Formats: sequence, C-alpha cells, structure tokens
Amino acid sequence: MIQTIGDCLVITKRQLLQLIRVPEVIIFATIQPAMFVLLFRYVFGGAISSGVQGGYVQLLMPGIFVQTVAFTLAGTAVGLAEDMQKGLIDRFRSLPIARSAVVIGRTIGDSTQNIVTLVVMALVGFAVGWRPSSGFFKVFLAFLFLLAFGFSMSWIGVLIGLSVREARVAQNLVFISVFPLTFLSNAFAPTTGMPRVLQYFAEWNPVSTMVAACRQLFGTPNHFGATANSWPSQNPLWMSLLYMALIVGIFLPLSVRKYKNASSK
Amino acid sequence: MKSVIAENLTKTYRNGEVKALAGLSLDVEEGTVLAVLGPNGAGKTTLVRILATLLTPDTGSASVGGIDVVKNPDAVRQIIGLSGQYAALDETLTGWDNLTMFGRLYHLSGSASKKRAEELLERFSLTEAAKRPIRTYSGGMRRRLDLAASLIIKPKVLFLDEPTTGLDPRGRQEMWGVIDELVKGGVTLLLTTQYLEEADHLADDIAVIDHGTVIARGTSDVLKSQVGGERLELVVESHNLSAAVALVKSALSVDPTVDDGMRRITVPVSESSAALVKVLRLLDEAKIHPLDIALKRPSLDDVFISLTGHVAEEAVVEVAKKGRK
Ligand SMILES: Nc1ncnc2c1ncn2[C@@H]1O[C@H](COP(=O)(O)OP(=O)(O)O)[C@@H](O)[C@H]1O
Ligand SMILES: [Mg+2]
Repeated sequence: MIQTIGDCLVITKRQLLQLIRVPEVIIFATIQPAMFVLLFRYVFGGAISSGVQGGYVQLLMPGIFVQTVAFTLAGTAVGLAEDMQKGLIDRFRSLPIARSAVVIGRTIGDSTQNIVTLVVMALVGFAVGWRPSSGFFKVFLAFLFLLAFGFSMSWIGVLIGLSVREARVAQNLVFISVFPLTFLSNAFAPTTGMPRVLQYFAEWNPVSTMVAACRQLFGTPNHFGATANSWPSQNPLWMSLLYMALIVGIFLPLSVRKYKNASSK
Repeated sequence: MKSVIAENLTKTYRNGEVKALAGLSLDVEEGTVLAVLGPNGAGKTTLVRILATLLTPDTGSASVGGIDVVKNPDAVRQIIGLSGQYAALDETLTGWDNLTMFGRLYHLSGSASKKRAEELLERFSLTEAAKRPIRTYSGGMRRRLDLAASLIIKPKVLFLDEPTTGLDPRGRQEMWGVIDELVKGGVTLLLTTQYLEEADHLADDIAVIDHGTVIARGTSDVLKSQVGGERLELVVESHNLSAAVALVKSALSVDPTVDDGMRRITVPVSESSAALVKVLRLLDEAKIHPLDIALKRPSLDDVFISLTGHVAEEAVVEVAKKGRK
C-alpha cells in the first residue's frame, strides 16, 4: 500500500517535472482562462445585467473557475493518449508497480497543475474587480471544492485517453463534449434565456451545480440559476458532492480496468 | 536450465481475424542469446509482449525464469527488462529524469536510483546528453537510453524487440557494441530482428519465424549452410566476360554462375576476403577492370527462399517504404 502511494507520487512528480522542462504548457493552460476572464468581463459584462453588487464579474469568476477545472479532463485524456501512442504505458505495465499507480498519479498531477492555474486566474479576477465577500475560510473551501471537481473530471479523461487511438482524437472528443456542457449552464449567462428543455438540462448539469455551489461559498447570490426551483438548484453543494462521488465511483474502476488491458496499438 | 519457455502459443487479433501466433514454441537456455528472426508481421512483437506479460495468449503457455507469465505476471515483472520496438520514453524529460523515474518505479531508493542512472548513462555514452530532453536525441541515442531503462534492476532475462530497426549504420554499430557488452555480462537475452546479419552477429542461436510459427531453429552457421553461405559477385564489360570467368574458375577452383545479360559472375566463397583479394589481384594482372565487385552475404530473403520457397513479402514492402523516406 505504502509502495503504491510512492509509485503514484513518482508519476505525479514526473508530470510536475514536465511542467518545469516545458513551461509553455502551463503558461498556455493559464493564459487561456485568464483571457476568458478579460473577454467575458469586458465584452459581455456590459451587456448582461447581473443584478448583484460588484457587477457581472462576481458571477463570472465562479463560472470560469468551474469551466477551467472541468477541462482538466482534456489534459488527462491527451496526456494519457500520448503515453499510449509512445509505448510508455507498455513500459509502465512491464514494471513491478500497482495497476492503479500510473492513472492515479496522473490524475493527482493534473489536479496539482490546477492549483497554479486557479491562483493565476484568481489574481486576474481580483485585478478586474472580483471581490468574494464570504471571508477567507469559505473562499479557501471553494477552491478545495474546485480542485476536487477537477480531480473527478480527470477520471473521465483517463478513460477517454486510454480508449482512443490518437491524442488528437482525444482532444477533439473532449472539446465537443465539454464545451457544450460548460455553456449549457448558469456559468456565463442566466439560464432563463434558454428554451424550456435546455433550462432543465442546465439546472441538473453538474457544471451548474458546481457554479452555484461556488457562488454560495464566495458569498454571491446565484442570479443566473434557479428557474425551476429543482432540488439541485436548492442544494448545489450536496448535489455537486454527489456528482463527484458518482463520477469517481463509475470512472475510477472502469479506468483501472481499461489500463490493465490497455495495449499500445 | 531454460530461462524462457514458450509452448504452443496462439494469439489472434480482431476477434480471430488476424492470426498473429499460430502455435509457436521455443526456449532460451540460461545465459544465452536467442535471436527471433522474421519479416514484418511474422509475430515477433506479439511474442515479446506475451513473454513480457503485456498480453495474454489465447492458448498455450509460457514461463520466464521458471515463472508462468499468465499465472504470476507480477513476479515475472520483477526479473525482466523490456525494450520495445519503439523507444518508450518521456520525450519532454531529460535522459536523467527518465532513468531516475524508472529507478524509483523499480523501488530503488532516491540515492540508489541516482547512482544507477549515473552508471547507466556512463556505460551507454550518454553522460553528456543526460540533461537534455529526449526529444533532442538522435534515434540511436534514444534506443540506447531505452535499453538503459530496461537494465535498471539488472534483469535476469532481457527482451529487445528489433533493437536496431530504423537506425543508421553507425547507430546500429553502436547498439551492437552495447548489446555485445551485455551479453558478455551473462544476461539471458531474447531479441527480435529482421536482419540475418544482426542475428548472426549477436546471437548464439536463431529461431526463424514466419506466420506465427517457428520454421527453423539453429545456429547461424547451420542456417547459413542451408542457404549457401557467402558469394562473390563480379560485373565486367562484355568483351572481358569469358576471360574473367576462366580466371575466377582457376583462382577459386569452383564453377561460377554466369549471367550473360547482366555480365555478372557469381561464385560461392568460403574464405571470403582472401578470395576477394586473390580475384582482384588476378584481374589486375590480366588488366581487366571490374565494373563492380562485391561480397554478398545471405539475407533474410535468401533464408526465406531456401526455407519456405517464398520471399519474406512484408519485409520487402518494409524495405521499400524505408527507401522512400
Ligand atoms: N493490436 C493489433 N490488432 C490487430 N492486428 C494486430 C495487432 N497487433 C499485431 N497485429 C497483426 O498481427 C500480426 C503479427 O504482428 P506483430 O507481432 O506485430 O509482428 P512483427 O512484430 O513480427 O512485425 C501482423 O499481421 C499484425 O498486423
Ligand atoms: Mg514488431
């Protein structure tokens, strides 16, 4: 058991080393969300009436945080697909290490990367007027919550990365599935503007419950959600925790099994 | 004692559509080198992957170091080293990073894995490149580092899948040198190759495989004598042809084969370089200038033609592809 944890950490360390050796990766992974903050803040900020004190940026920041950690799954999927293509997974599988170590190490590594990204985004947000009003403890809790969500999404990425033949396929698959998910939500605009069916979808969407939960933790009223007064919109924290548990509960065992049978071709 | 035993292995892909192994059996004596020689698609990689516990066979059994690869893969992984057909390294990390990482994954302590990385880099002449990312390495350097990574725990049995395919002649020579060293150290080695010359150079014993089964097994001398050994080929201008034929015949006391159209004289030779020198000297004395003269070693194709009556089709295709690159 201790050995398995050690093996996971070696894999995690490998990923963090990659960030040091090729810093461009994390720089771009950070610039993109930072750019989103600025674009949404100044392009939509004027057009969308937020109805909260401090303006649109208060509602926007939780949305962008969640979108960014949701995309953790892209990094995981592409990274693993590349490792498969290069035969690295084969080598790992020929080593005397636990089946789960490589994939657990990878998801932890990708989550660690999120810390850097979130800190930079928070600073950019702060610079353009974001002011969480709930106090240090709750803000800290919100960030833990975001990291946990990123970690659970990462497990979906593992399964995708190990299932596709090429890294590019993983990339495309992730984008066409995650982008709609993040936009069909309360992240950037009120769901009341959507057709009725989509409103229900948006309300049950894990991205929405996450965003609502974060707004709650940051002390911002969730003016973009709650059209149907459904249970998820009333209890976003619990619903989000439930979603995370579900995702990990389903995708972790599937991924480990997939890894066991993975072959490079 | 046999370090590797494979018995009647079969493996199919795509629900039985592709038959990669069709009842393959072979063994490797402890401390010796077996070359598995076969064209592209013969089943070499599939065999290595089964022996290295990456793939389970459909039927048949295999053991490495006396341990069953299907029943007890974890124990097998403790004693093997594997260097696959393509270098499996983290391209963004340095050579040093890669080796220390694999050291830790073999459960060496931090300092032991550093020490081992240093030793291996030194031994494979990679110390200078140690702090450079792998993506800046040449093909030969990659293969050497990949091999180094498979030697971290001093494996009892080592598998090398086509260790020199895709390398330039110099890279190949260096790789051969490295493997020679290893063999002197007494490792049990199973390597695969498409080149008879390579099998000849590196291995004690050769198993020729085709369509997933072993079609011949023996030392390279035995195989070569089946094929007919080395030949001397000589091309001259047509007005010199008959004189050259007579000259070769008297020099080597063997009847040469003559291709009139190509003006080519072919003759089997045993002491090849001595024969070459002798023929060249006589030609010079007779003032005949050869257009081309060369020693031809039997190739995998020759082995195949003599063993199966057909050429190693896919190998030919592969060579053609490489030529185009
Ligand atoms: N994952 C796979 N799926 C389908 N066919 C495969 C797969 N791997 C290998 N094959 C086929 O099995 C046969 C043997 O392949 P392989 O063991 O790679 O041969 P070699 O290494 O000698 O070139 C080939 O016909 C190859 O196309
Ligand atoms: Mg192969």
